[in-house]
Parts: sequence; structure tokens; C-alpha cells
Amino acid sequence: MELTTDVAAGAVRRRRVSGKWFIIGGAIVVVALLALIPLTFLFWQSFFTPQVADSPAVATLGNYVTAFGSWRTLHTLLTSLRFAFGAALVSFVIGTVLAWIIERTNTPFRKLFYAITIVPLIIPSILFTISWIFLASPKIGVLNVAFASLFGISKPLFNIYSIGGMIWVDGLHYSTMAFLLMSAAFRGMDPSLEESSLMCGAGIGRTMWRITLRLALPAVASTILILFVRALESFEVPALIGLPVKLQVFTSSIYEAIEQYPSQIGLASAYSMLLVVITSACLYLQARVTGRNERFATMTGKGFRPRVVDIGRWRIATVGIFVVYFLLLVALPFVVLLWSSLQKYYRSPSLDALHHLSFDAYRYILHLSVLRGAVVNSLVLSAGCATAVMLLSAVVSWIVIKTKLPGRAFLNHLASLPLVFPGLVLGLSFMIVSLKVDIGIYGTLWILLLAYITRFMPYGMRYTSTSMTQIHKELEESAAMSCATWTTTFYRIVLPLLKPGLLAGWIYVMIVSIRELSSSVLLYSPGSETVSIVIWELWQNGQYVELSALSVMLVIALLALVSLAQYVGGKFGVKANHR
Amino acid sequence: MLSVQALNTEYVDGNNVRVRATRDVSFEVPAGKLFTLLGPSGCGKTTTLRSIAGLEKPVSGSISVNGITMYASDTDTFVPPNRRQFGMVFQSYAIWPHMTVFRNASFPLEVGAKKYTKREIEEKVMRVLAAVGLDHVADRDATRMSGGQQQRLALARALVMEPKLLLLDEPLSNLDAKLRDKMRFELKRMQRELRITTIYVTHDQEEALALSHEIAVMKEGQIVQKAAPRDIYDLPNSRFVADFVGSTNFIDGTVRHGEADGGNIVIDSAIGTMAVANAVECRDGEEVVISLRPENVLVHETREAAQGQRNVFEGTVHAKVFLGETLDFQISVNGQIVLARVHPSHKTPVGQPIWFSVDPASCIALRSERT
Repeated sequence: MELTTDVAAGAVRRRRVSGKWFIIGGAIVVVALLALIPLTFLFWQSFFTPQVADSPAVATLGNYVTAFGSWRTLHTLLTSLRFAFGAALVSFVIGTVLAWIIERTNTPFRKLFYAITIVPLIIPSILFTISWIFLASPKIGVLNVAFASLFGISKPLFNIYSIGGMIWVDGLHYSTMAFLLMSAAFRGMDPSLEESSLMCGAGIGRTMWRITLRLALPAVASTILILFVRALESFEVPALIGLPVKLQVFTSSIYEAIEQYPSQIGLASAYSMLLVVITSACLYLQARVTGRNERFATMTGKGFRPRVVDIGRWRIATVGIFVVYFLLLVALPFVVLLWSSLQKYYRSPSLDALHHLSFDAYRYILHLSVLRGAVVNSLVLSAGCATAVMLLSAVVSWIVIKTKLPGRAFLNHLASLPLVFPGLVLGLSFMIVSLKVDIGIYGTLWILLLAYITRFMPYGMRYTSTSMTQIHKELEESAAMSCATWTTTFYRIVLPLLKPGLLAGWIYVMIVSIRELSSSVLLYSPGSETVSIVIWELWQNGQYVELSALSVMLVIALLALVSLAQYVGGKFGVKANHR
Repeated sequence: MLSVQALNTEYVDGNNVRVRATRDVSFEVPAGKLFTLLGPSGCGKTTTLRSIAGLEKPVSGSISVNGITMYASDTDTFVPPNRRQFGMVFQSYAIWPHMTVFRNASFPLEVGAKKYTKREIEEKVMRVLAAVGLDHVADRDATRMSGGQQQRLALARALVMEPKLLLLDEPLSNLDAKLRDKMRFELKRMQRELRITTIYVTHDQEEALALSHEIAVMKEGQIVQKAAPRDIYDLPNSRFVADFVGSTNFIDGTVRHGEADGGNIVIDSAIGTMAVANAVECRDGEEVVISLRPENVLVHETREAAQGQRNVFEGTVHAKVFLGETLDFQISVNGQIVLARVHPSHKTPVGQPIWFSVDPASCIALRSERT
């Protein structure tokens, strides 16, 4: 009796075990393919001439000669570095000041401001860039017009079409990212270190400069490096503001090389390789600076009670800072888009223009046939991408954290490899792959989905691996002792315990997928446009008022979506957070 | 019932060095008995338990239950943990926070190879929850339970599928002292009632003595002594066991007569000549250490009161500690301190002379293990 059950159990065992290895193996293969194939093709393509109708592609070093043999490249490099460094610095300064104010001072309404700082993360870059063009372009910019009429200055005060303008717009938009990173750093710090400085008689200013900032130094370095890499990858600002006045950075040069006829894919690849090398170096440095210990220290740094500094009458000033920040980052851009969306053709605000308000633009947008498809595409893509990314990274971070498989550290690196790809470069790589290997996905949603999954896989990993380390191994072992198979354990124990992290990551990946433009811009075809692409096309066509109408609707829809997600997430997350 | 033979395990430490966790551990546990692995942290007791559970794969040896091989290095057999059908209670209890009490307990029945109907599951779960006294909170969230309740739930979950073997990994170590005493009784009662073969891992000698049919004391990956609780306590086979289980006085000495004085051996010890009834094998002239339990030191307030006793010594009271139910005397004899645990009615003040006697039957001479 006993023997027969054991034999039967043995048979079942073999089948189930293969289920486990099927999932694990599948996840590893998918990660390896997604991370390595684009890079390989990009590298390979950079040594070939473009393929045109009458002549096939031949191997050449010409791309690199063209790319590196001219003063223009050096100029591009310098502009890129200036732009990226400037933007990183602007973001950092604004973000750090805000983070300090929110985390460490008794400024009133801090909670409200904290909620508001999330809003810019939701607004797509392209909208933010366009709205600042409306605000500060030398001819039509609202700010310039306003200052001119107020003070009678004939020369425009602001010129967005300059390196300074680019730095300002990009830096301002990503200051929220700096804010989030720095406020996490401030929160992870032991406030008693500051208190002892105050006890020694140092003032608040000196304490902040001598103690707070110095303690945060690793976080500061790592934040600046992240911001720098992000600015290097920035596509919207260089393309919309830089290109018209020939202020070229790498991303815009790559875009130009592809868009000209015949398209210089090899040259674009050579530029891309250089860009990838720079971002890899920066991210490697950032990983070194942060180190493993610190990452875990901030996670367990729960014991600290945030210390709030009483800044007295300066509270008025700090509230003022918030109001100005809110105006520059959210209110002004939105208002200018709203204004322009209510016009028949673009005009600066004036009493006269006020009499010509109309909803024509909205009517046009709502009847735009391409939009309906684009909305569906965006939703399908972002939901699909978020789901795939979170499931994939749940399995991968389980392998990395819970097993002793050889090479698991390498797998972790593979899964974070896409971080070194700027969106545009990733788009280019997938374009090359789909052109070289005919698997029938070029011009379909599938290639966009694959690119999105690759691009956002590292974000998913960050969410799942943080949650995964918090799951005690005995919780899984007790499931095994309860006779549960690996798949059952994963489905019924691990995934539910990961739920808060999975949900937060899902929402995040969903948002960034909807905003995505720089990869999509090279991969879309008629029929697979996303909402961001529609905005991009409207801009190219010069349909500014229609674009503004769409933008207003998009911002409102995204805000509603995020609020809904937060609400649902809060409802589901409560139980798990209770632990 | 459970047979562990020549079990060797290894693990890789932080510096990628292979460390041997257990060496040639062998023991047999008869059906229905509670067997305890006792030892300090790092002695390999948990590794042995996890090897039995299948959560760790040994390097060599064999493990079988009821004659069915669970692990054998020579035939390369390894049954994964989820096919072994053992119940296990973890040190952290490992209660799943996302489930109710009922769902936690019903999980093993839902996911096992054997299928049950909904009614069967309900019946079995409620029966086991009633047995541990949790039937009235079955619908509650598992996270909202106290430590003692979580411990009981972990036990219920381990018992619900009527396992062949129950494995307990320091199940009481996360409870506060009062609760621990209470749970100790409950565990013992349930084990004796259900007659389920149980392997118990602990570093707490009191728990081991209180619960076990048999104890194996482990040190540095090896079993040092394996015996019934009384024998472990009264007749330790080494200095390590005598020291680890209970508290004891060690008195150095040299054997004068191996076999004299009515079966006792006579030892010249640091506090004087002593007759000892129990000893490891030893020759005349060999250096030994006498283990003397504090509660076996009989204290007398006057020389006269000690008349007629064997092994009488005189000393002075060095220090006193009042512990409520007992009084600890530190008695200084020839520069050596002897600890005596006596009834609190003794009144001799610190610094005064005091006499004590020792029954030869209640001390044991062990190898001195000096290097």
C-alpha cells in the first residue's frame, strides 16, 4: 500500500519538478534574450553600411570614422555633457532643497506638497517640453509677451531655444526624481547625528552644510549620477528644443541619422555605442558608490524617527518656494496648454483672444480616427508591459535572492542591463533586430511591447527584489513541508506576499509605459501609434491647438488613472502592509 | 521508525569556504517517541533536522522513515520535502500573513498530492484547531494573533495532515518565559496523546529534559551523548554534557583508589578526599574532574549537624543569592568556590564557616579534558 502511493507520488513529482524548471528556465532565457539580443545587433550593425535597394550592406569601419573623425562629434559630445550635467545639477539643487524642506522642516502643508510633487512624474516629457515652449519661446512665449507688455521690454526676456533653455526645462521636469531620491536619503539618516551638531552650538544652516549633506554624500553622488545618465538619455527636450536651432546632443544626432534618407542606421549605431559606453560607466560608478550595504541599510532604517527642524519665520519662505515650484512645474504648463487648447489657432493670451475661445480643437481630437486606436494601443501596451514585467521580475528576483544557483548574480546584472540603453537607442536596437531577423513583428504592437518590457524590466526588478528580501525563507519552507509543490508555493505564498511591491511596481511601469516616446518613435507604424506618438505627430504637423487639447485630456486621464490605481492599491495593500 | 545513519552535511559560509556542519550523525527513533537534539548554537542540530525535513541536502549518509528511504547517498535517492509528508514547526512559526487562521491550517490539505473534499478539509481543520484551542478564532487574520497563538497555529498546521513525523525547530524560543512553561506542558500532553514520532531541536536544556523520551546532546557537529533525560542529567559522559545540561560544580582531582570503599572510588580533590560512586573508566593516578550538582550539596550550619554524613567539608560562605524558591550559597573551600542550592531557610551569614556533605551516589568523575 505504502509502496504504491510512493510510486505514484514519484511519477507526479517528476512532472511537477519539470514545471518548476520550465518557469525558472523560461524566465532566464527571456531575460537573456531581451537584454543581450538588442545590444548584440546594435554592436554588429555599427560595423555595416546601410542597406539600400541596389547595394547590399557591407562590413565597414566607416561609421566609426564618420562618427569619431569629425569635429562635429566632439561638439556633440561637449553639448551632450554640458546639457546632461546642467540638467542634473538643476534637478539636484531643486530636488534637494524640496526634500530637505519636506523631510526636515516644520513647513506647513508638507503632506499636501508631497502629494503634489508626484504629479510631474505623471506628465509625459513631451507635454512638459511643449508647454514650456509655449511659455518661453522668444516669439510666442507667454512669459515673454507678458513681460514685454508689462515692462515694455522690446527684446524677449527668455529664449527657450538655447542650451540654458534646454537645461532648464529638462532639469525642472526631473527635479521630482531628484526629490524622491534625496528624500529617501534624508529619511534613512539617523537624526541624532544632526541633533548632536545642534547641541554643539552649530546653527541650522551650518548643521545642514556640515553634517546633513556630508552624511548624505554617497546618496548625493549616486543621485547626481542617476540624474546625469537620465539627462543624457533625454530625447524630447533635445528633439523639440535643440534640433530646430541645431543644438545637437547624442540622442538628437541618432534620431537625425535615422530620419535622413537613406537612413544612416550604421552611423546611428556607432553614436549609440558611444552613448551606451558613457551611460554604462556612469551606472557602474553609481553602483559602486551606493554599494550593497547602503541599499539594505536604507531598507531597514525604520527605527529612525524623522527629526523636524523648527525654522521659525522662514516657514513663509519655504511655503513660497513650494508655491513657485508648483507654478513652474504644474500650474503654468497646464494653464498654457489649456489656454491654447481653447483657441482656433495659436495666439498668445490677450483680451482679444479671450473673445475667440472655442472647443473646435477638442472636437477635432475626439473625431481623430487615429486617436481611438492609439488610446487602445497605449492601454493594451502599458497594461501588458506592466503585467509581463512584474511577473518576469518576480520569478527572476526569486532566483536571484532565494536560490543558490550559480550565476544568479550574473542574471541580476543581465536583468538590469537595459538601464544603460537610452530609450532611443533601445528603439534603434529593436528596429535593427526586426529588420535583420524576419519574425514578422516589425510594425506591430509586439515589437513595441518587447521594447517596453526590456526597457522597464530593471524597474520591475527594483520593486520585486526589495519585497523579496523581506520574505522570510521559512514562509516558503513551511509550504514545502505542507507538501506544496514549487509552483503552488510560488503562486499561493510568494506572489501574494509580494503583492504590495508587485502592485506598486505595476502602477509605476504602467505610467512610464504610457509616457514612453523615445523608443516608440522609431518602432511605430500606421496602426500601432500610441498616444504619445499622436502628440509627437501633431507637433510635427504644427497642429498646436489640437495637440494642446489632446494634452489637457491626457493629463486629466492620467491623473484619474493614477488616483484610481492608488486607491485600489491602498485597498489591496492594507492587509499585506499590516505585517 | 526514523533511522538516521552516518549523516554528513556541509554548508558554504560567507567566504565561500565549505564548512562541515554535521559529522557521522546516527540515531534511531522508535515510533511514538519524542527525540530531542540538544546543543549550543552552531552544533549542527538544526542542520540535522533540516536534513530530515529535506530542506537541506546532506553530503553523505542515509535517512529513512518506516523503512522507506528519504535520502541515501549510495543510491542517490533524495525525496524532496514536499513529498515526505512530515509536519514541521519553524522557529519563526512561518505563519502566512496573507491568510486567515483557517486558511493557514487548511493549506496542507489543499495542496498535497492526496485530494480531500471541502467537507473533509473543514472537518479536519476544525478538529485540529480545536485541539490547539484556536477554533474560536478560525476566521481571524493570522497576523492578528499573539505569539502563543501563532505557535499553536504552526503546530496545528503541522499536524493537520496527520504526518508520519513531526519536526519541531526551537518552537518555544520566541515565547516569553511564562508562556514557554505553559506551552511546554501542552506540547508534551499532545505528543503523548497523539503518539506522534517527534524530533525536537532546542538549545534549552530544561525544555529537553521536560519533554523528551531520549536526548542526543550535540557538539561541533557530532552527537556526544544519547540517553534518557534522567541519565543525561545524572550520568553525563563528559564535562561538556555535564556543563551544558543544568548547572554544576567542577572539582579537579586525582584518582587514589580505583576500586575500594564498597564500589566507590576515592579521589584526592581540590577540596579534600572524596568518595564518588559514578565514574568514567579511569586508572589510579589519573586526573579527573568531579561534577557535583548544586542541589546535591547538602549544607549544614554546624559541624555536629554534619555528623554521620559521607564526604563532609568545611568552608566559609563567600556569597549568597536569594532566588525566591531557592537560596544559592557560594562556599569557599581551599580557594575553590562550590555552589550549593539550598532551601531558603538557611541563615548562615556571609563570611561565617559552614559545612556541607555530598552523597557519593550523586557525583560523577569525568575525564578532565585538559589540554
